[in-house]
Amino acid sequence: MRPVLELKHVSHVYVSEKEASLAIESVDLKVQPGEFISLVGPSGCGKTTLLSLLAGLLLPTEGEMLFHGKQVKGPSTKVGYMLQQDYLFPWRTIRENALLGLEVSKQLTDNAGERMEQLLADMGLDGVADRYPHELSGGMRQRVALVRTLMASPEVLLLDEPFSALDMHIKLQLEDLVQLTLTRLGKTAVLVTHDLAEAAAMSDRVILLGSRPGRIRQIFDIPPDIRELPPTAARRSAGFQDLFDSIWSELEAEEGEEADSP
Amino acid sequence: MNSMLKRLHENYLTGRKKRTAAVISVRVLILVAFVGLWELAGRLGWIDVLLFSYPSKLWDQLYTTMLDGTLPPHIAVTVMETAAGFVLGTLLGAALAALLWWYPFLSRVLDPYLVVLNSMPKVALGPIFIVALGPGFLSIVAITLSVTVIITTLAIYNRFRDIDTNYVKVVRLFGGSRSQVFRLVILPASFPVIISTLKVNVGLAWVGVIVGEFLTAKSGLGYLIIYGFQVFNFTLVLSSLVVIAIVAAIMYQLVALLEERLTRGWRER
Repeated sequence: MRPVLELKHVSHVYVSEKEASLAIESVDLKVQPGEFISLVGPSGCGKTTLLSLLAGLLLPTEGEMLFHGKQVKGPSTKVGYMLQQDYLFPWRTIRENALLGLEVSKQLTDNAGERMEQLLADMGLDGVADRYPHELSGGMRQRVALVRTLMASPEVLLLDEPFSALDMHIKLQLEDLVQLTLTRLGKTAVLVTHDLAEAAAMSDRVILLGSRPGRIRQIFDIPPDIRELPPTAARRSAGFQDLFDSIWSELEAEEGEEADSP
Repeated sequence: MNSMLKRLHENYLTGRKKRTAAVISVRVLILVAFVGLWELAGRLGWIDVLLFSYPSKLWDQLYTTMLDGTLPPHIAVTVMETAAGFVLGTLLGAALAALLWWYPFLSRVLDPYLVVLNSMPKVALGPIFIVALGPGFLSIVAITLSVTVIITTLAIYNRFRDIDTNYVKVVRLFGGSRSQVFRLVILPASFPVIISTLKVNVGLAWVGVIVGEFLTAKSGLGYLIIYGFQVFNFTLVLSSLVVIAIVAAIMYQLVALLEERLTRGWRER
C-alpha cells in the first residue's frame, strides 16, 4: 500500500538569536491509510516539531515530507489538526466555529449545515449550535473542536495532546469517541501524547522517540486483540499491562541515557 | 430549612437594595448641596458674581438662548466636530494599526517615531493646521485627529500583537491566507479594544475640538467660551461648560450602549 504520509530522512533545525539547534535528525516514517499511530517520548524529543512538519506548518530543513507521494508546501484542509486546547473563537457561535474550516477554504455549501448538525449529534452535542463557546464545558468544547476539524473532511488527523487539558473521566470518554469516529470515517491519525497508556490504548503503532536531537528509537506494534478494542476496554484487557511496561521501560532507558550524557 | 434559605436570600436582596438607594441618595444630595451653596453664595455676595455667576443666572442664560435659537447651532457645530473627530480618529487609528500589523518591517521602523509623537502635546500643532487647512471645520477636525490617532494606533496595535497565536494557527491550519487571518481572527478578537478606544476618544476629541475652537472658530461651544471670556461674560462661559458636560456625558453613554450591543455574547475564556 502506498503511504498517506511519508517522511524521508527529515531533519529540522530551529534558528534563534542564541543558537541553531537540531530538533529532529534524519527521521524516516511511513503512515499507511487508516492507520492510527502515536508519537511518545521524553520532552525535547521533537514530537510537536514532527507534528508541525506533518501539518505543513514547518518545512523540513533537510529531507522530504510527502503527502500521497507529493511534496508538502504548506497546510491544507486534507490534513486536519487538533490543538491541545479547543481554541474555539469566543466571538463566534458553535455553528460558526464548526464551519470555520469550510469558510477559510471557500467550500461552504448549502448542505454543510446539515452535515455539521449530524456530526454534532454524533458527538452528543445536540442543540448547542447557536450557543457561544463560554457556555459549554471543556469536554464539550474539545468535541466541537473535533467537529470543526472533521468538517473540512481531512484524510489525516493530527492530534497534538488534545486530551491533556481535560479531567480524567472526560478524557477517557473522548478517547473512545475520537477513536470510534475516526475508525467509522476511515481516517488516518497521528497522535502526540505524554500519556503512554493513552498511546497504547488508542494506536495501531506506538513510536518512541529519543531526544536531543529527536530521532526514532523504537516502534511498537500493538497486538490485534488490544488494537481492536475501544481505548477504555483496551486499558482493562489482559495483555495491556505488559505492553505498557515494555514501552515504559524503553522510555525510562532513553531518559536514563539522556541523564548520563553531559 | 427551605424557609431559612428563602429568608436569608430576601435579607440579602433588601440589604443590597438599601445600599444602592443610599448611594444614589448621597449622589443627589451632593449635587443639590453644590448647586444650592453656589446659588446662596452668589446671591449673598460671598463670591464675586461677575467671575463665578450662580446657577439661576446660568439657567436664565441657557433658557433664553435655547428659546431664541442662538444656542442650538453652536451645540450642533461642536457635536458634529467631536463626532467626526472620534469616529475618524478611531477608524484611522485602526487602519494604521492594521498597516503596522501587515508590515512588521514598517512597524519596527516607525516605532520610535510613534513613541515621540505619542508623548508630544499634539494640540501644539494647532496653528499649523489652521494655516494649512484654513480656519474652520477642517482644521478643527485635524487638531482632534492629531490628539486621537496615535494613541488609538498604539492601543489597537498592541492588542493585535497580544492575540493568542493559537487562534491564528487554527486559521493557518485550514490553509488560510494572511488576509483571512486578519479578517477572521485579528480584527474580531480586537473588537472590544477598538470599541473601548472609541470611548477614550470621545473624551480626547472634546479636548481637540474645544482647543481648536479657542484658536479659530466663529461658532461652537468653545467659541462661546472664548467669546464670553473676551466680553467678560462668565455666565456665558460657565453655561457653555455645563452644556459641554451634559452633551459629553450623553455621547459617552451612547458609545457605551453601542459597545454593549456589539459585544453581546462575546466573552474571553
